[in-house]
Amino acid sequence: MGINLEYAGRSYPATAPYTVGREHLRDFASAVGAEHLVHHDVDAARSLGYPDVIAPPTFAVVIAQRAEAQLVEDPEAGIDFSRVVHADERFTHHRPIHAGDQLSTVLHVDGIVERAGLAMVTTRCEISAADGAPVSTVRSTLAVRGEGA
Amino acid sequence: MSPVLADLEVGQLIGERTVELDRRALVRYAGASGDLNPIHWNERVAAEVGLPGVIAHGMLTMGTAVGLVGDWAGDPGKVVDYGVRFTRPVPVPDPGVATVEISGVIGAIDAEQATVRIDLTVTCDGTRVLGKAQALVRP
Repeated sequence: MGINLEYAGRSYPATAPYTVGREHLRDFASAVGAEHLVHHDVDAARSLGYPDVIAPPTFAVVIAQRAEAQLVEDPEAGIDFSRVVHADERFTHHRPIHAGDQLSTVLHVDGIVERAGLAMVTTRCEISAADGAPVSTVRSTLAVRGEGA
Repeated sequence: MSPVLADLEVGQLIGERTVELDRRALVRYAGASGDLNPIHWNERVAAEVGLPGVIAHGMLTMGTAVGLVGDWAGDPGKVVDYGVRFTRPVPVPDPGVATVEISGVIGAIDAEQATVRIDLTVTCDGTRVLGKAQALVRP
């Protein structure tokens, strides 16, 4: 089954809130070699004006990929994950994510373009705080090879 | 210490670093990120989908590279935008390591928006593995 072009333009309801854990931020920071104290030490983070330790710039992918699963794991969308290559990724932060944040995500399928046996699926996750304020926008493009390509 | 906008020039090098990634680093990132795709830890699966072997998560390379920018800014929370294209995979041998070289230069300064664009060059074995890797910093 090929990719379902009708999914382009689709938006999903906001996800249930995701609670950002302090230890998870520390673990993620260590995994990407981010040793800056603002990711690890609450006092250091507070001295820089944050309520708690903050996330490294790419941590939002953890939240975004949960929202993207609504599309990627939907059999009707026709995305064969064994044929997927991550093409690009971009984060726009309205403010840093910090431990204790309760974040909800709205997934948008901004585009599905097919050319030369390759489908480019572009998604956008709008991540917002419990009070509705925007926190991060995560744009991602997956390249899906077609059958026989 | 945060950089002062008026002291910066386009073309200026902000720093360089070398990072070694081994299989342990990949498993660690898989666990911390929740990205359990087996091409990042299982040789058999990687070969079945036509890869030269186990490869690093593109997001691990992306996440590792931006540390240079956050440290230069004095506060990684000042990185307000960061995007890359994944142009080449980073194969991670076993035993051994993949050596990733990261350098950043000032690509643009926007006095009105008070932002600095850092252009990152990220290579493995002399080949660029990220394309158009740009981070926007608001010092």
